Amino acid sequence: MLISQDSRLSFEKSRSGRRGASLPQGRYEKSKVLERIPEKFRRKRPIVFPEMTEPEAVRHFVQLSKKNFSIDTHFYPLGSCSMKYNPKINEWVAALDGFAKVHPLQPAETVQGMLQVFHELEHSLKELTGMKRFTLQPAAGAHGELTGMMLVHAYHHHLKQNKRRKVLVPDSSHGTNPASAALFGYHVVEIKSNSRGRVDLKALKEHLDDETACLMLTNPNTLGLFEEEILEITKAVHEKGALLYYDGANFNALMGVARPGDMGFDIVHLNLHKTFSTPHGGGGPGSGPVGVSERLVPFLPGPLVEKDDMGYRFQPVGDLSIGRVKSFHGNVGMLVRAYVYIRTLGLEGLKKVSEDAILNANYMKEKLKKIFPVAVDEPCMHEFVLTLKNAKAQGIHSGDVGKRLLDYGYHAPTVHFPLVVEEALMIEPTESESKETLDSFIEALEKIAVEVAKDPEKVQNAPHTMPITRPDEVLAARKPILSYRDLMREKILLAEGAPF
Amino acid sequence: METTLDKAQRSENMHYLPLTEEDKRKMLEEIGVSSFEDLLKGIPAALRDPELRIGEALSEFDIQNLMKTLGKKNKSAADVLSFLGGGSYEHFIPTAVGEIMRRNEFYTAYTPYQPEAAQGSLQVIFEYQSLITELTGLDVTNASHYDGSTSLAEAAVLALRQTDRTKILVSRAVHPHYRQVLKTYFHETPYKVVEFGFGEDKTFDRADFESKIADDTAGAIFQTPNFFGVLEDLEGVSDKLHTNGSLLLLTANPMSMGSLRSPGEWGADVAAGEGQPLGVPLQYGGPYLGYFSVSRALMRRIPGRLAGMTQDSQGRRAYCLTLQAREQHIRRERAASNICTNQALCALAACVYMTLLGKEGIQEVAELNMDRAAYLRRLVADVPGFEVRKDQPIFNEFVVKSKVPFKMIEEKLIEKNILPGIDLSQFYPELKNEFLVCATETKTREQLENFVKELGKC
Repeated sequence: MLISQDSRLSFEKSRSGRRGASLPQGRYEKSKVLERIPEKFRRKRPIVFPEMTEPEAVRHFVQLSKKNFSIDTHFYPLGSCSMKYNPKINEWVAALDGFAKVHPLQPAETVQGMLQVFHELEHSLKELTGMKRFTLQPAAGAHGELTGMMLVHAYHHHLKQNKRRKVLVPDSSHGTNPASAALFGYHVVEIKSNSRGRVDLKALKEHLDDETACLMLTNPNTLGLFEEEILEITKAVHEKGALLYYDGANFNALMGVARPGDMGFDIVHLNLHKTFSTPHGGGGPGSGPVGVSERLVPFLPGPLVEKDDMGYRFQPVGDLSIGRVKSFHGNVGMLVRAYVYIRTLGLEGLKKVSEDAILNANYMKEKLKKIFPVAVDEPCMHEFVLTLKNAKAQGIHSGDVGKRLLDYGYHAPTVHFPLVVEEALMIEPTESESKETLDSFIEALEKIAVEVAKDPEKVQNAPHTMPITRPDEVLAARKPILSYRDLMREKILLAEGAPF
Repeated sequence: METTLDKAQRSENMHYLPLTEEDKRKMLEEIGVSSFEDLLKGIPAALRDPELRIGEALSEFDIQNLMKTLGKKNKSAADVLSFLGGGSYEHFIPTAVGEIMRRNEFYTAYTPYQPEAAQGSLQVIFEYQSLITELTGLDVTNASHYDGSTSLAEAAVLALRQTDRTKILVSRAVHPHYRQVLKTYFHETPYKVVEFGFGEDKTFDRADFESKIADDTAGAIFQTPNFFGVLEDLEGVSDKLHTNGSLLLLTANPMSMGSLRSPGEWGADVAAGEGQPLGVPLQYGGPYLGYFSVSRALMRRIPGRLAGMTQDSQGRRAYCLTLQAREQHIRRERAASNICTNQALCALAACVYMTLLGKEGIQEVAELNMDRAAYLRRLVADVPGFEVRKDQPIFNEFVVKSKVPFKMIEEKLIEKNILPGIDLSQFYPELKNEFLVCATETKTREQLENFVKELGKC
């Protein structure tokens, strides 16, 4: 059996007296160390850690890894996630001593190579987006959004526009948009989309007033459609004294094609783990640099990197700055990887990335719409959304089709999102995938469509070939077992008779 | 005319892009447009084809050379003897940790939203949660946050929501960056962050702390070992806070918990801090991971992701993300937090590190750190012109006061390939000529002796 069925925890494989690492100069006088520490500072509670040798631990984790889908093993057509290839040179560079073993509080003169990377990365991001300056501190897209909301707040506060407490988001927006705005105390108002899946300009204007702080927008939007009236939108928002926030989740469509800065956006976050090829790591670390237009520069978190005759240095920011949003300098390892990606592709390569991503999406859409209707049948950008509303008669939801795709060797697309489309299947192929891969995926979906009609149960109960079938999420939430300690306490192992 | 050279260069640019010219022609035909440009008709002409100043592509060989050169412009712990700590620590990391992190199935995987295709990542998160729960001595641990500073800020948010009060107290002996992030998070909000001081011995000022507890106090934040490396005596602190209906939020070096009193044992409600010491390289400050543990009473308030154990439809053990009703993609503006990532890969590193060290190793590594730092402190105490407090319990760092300005010492020692410590006056203007020195298990006694010899020449 290629994939182990063993689901035991490391704790359950432990044998007392084993160890998996040798520590440097392990000999010291324990009693002497402890006698310097008064009793009340010492730990009393025993630590229950697994005891395994190195080969046992390595096998444990390698076997676990084989229970995962990943970009290097599978196609992930996940909408709004840009699951592109993660170049190996990026990993090689990030592991060099000069990047991996540098302390964040070293004097600037001892990290000139690092600061040069920051400076040049910022330059490239400014060029690609048309923004004036970037902070590299935010650790992820949602962190960038939060930083953006703080910038919005600080800007209006500075202008004594304190009644601007409303943030507008389209009903197709990413869930993080309203969550970020609300976390910062904003009142969130959803704007209805029009019949073509775009922001309804008239509805927007009705909601725009002198209490509006900001409009958060993704362009192309989550339906993969370019907001054709973007210039009218930004003009209307600016006329009311509000700001525009650009959610960069879908920036993979726009490199060298068009710039948010030219559209009139004031704040932009980019997801380096999407557009700029840094790995998703099974759910992070990401990196979400935030760029701003000229009038918002004084509010950016600091310090920023400047270059002068003496070299690169950190420039403290002024009193208007919102302040630091993270310790040290951000997810530097991701910044280094993104820098390498940009230098590897160059301007022409980056343009090709966006063009191929758009071409791949349109090709798939054209083929797939013969199987399931597309939400808005127009040329798309880097992604598109199918609707499975017709499968509902068979009791099939888009999530079921996603799960069945796993059996065919493809990760599920984004399902049940955006919320404006009934039974949505959101597909983003990225530029990394070949026409052959797209064709095989299309074939798989054709087969699944037949199954939906003829053998819906097979789809409803999918997947059938993974290490597990569908987990009972209700049980997980009703009776949370969140650690080995919980497991021991509940003693559910015996009660369930789970295999081990 | 296209030259051979142009072609060669182009092919170098294209090694991540599989579409051939032939593919593109066929695909456009299938789509039913005559050119690629037809697909972009919706974009206003004024926006198209921006002129960008971005350099040309480099071959992988050239990139390797460029980045090696840039890397050499950074003094790394491989080149110099570094005594820097202050929230980011140089530790020995077993080779197997890096090997596992570089498994393609881990680092190129997506967030485990399809649990059937992500049992590996999910079980790792579950084990990580289990290990951190053991260390912190609390009940529930999430899948991790961005870093120590943001984790602590989320702890403050939790305390404000749980108590429905408006004020967070924070010790000035908490990491300065963490306090700055806290201020950023609550700047110009209805909430207030109020600091209490530390005494001459660099431990928190109990009288100042107690005088600031009030009806509106949601919680108080302490760090131990604190930013100055000193273990804080928190006896009675949780009682004081709990009597007032406030929470105790502790941030502590998780490595110290292998041997020193855990947040749970101090009566903390939340433990939130930096997990980097557990197997994550320095990387100039990130990516790291923020650990986050709470008492059972706060389980449903915990922000971020949680992996839980359950059964699949055939009754087999399975793992999935759970209690997601708190999360942004479901609750949108009503979510407990806007965060939709954890630092999964760093949590994997921490998980593998803790597993390899095991029950004995995690205690030993803590004691080794105490051994080295105490030894170095004894040596420095004997150097004329330098002062340390020998009587205080510390973990792996301590404050040194010098007669000469720190900048002078630093300049001289950098020439000897030594980074002597962190200038405290950059964070605390009143602490002139004081610096923070760290010695972990990576330093041999000989290296410590050599450092002190050089220090004596300053």
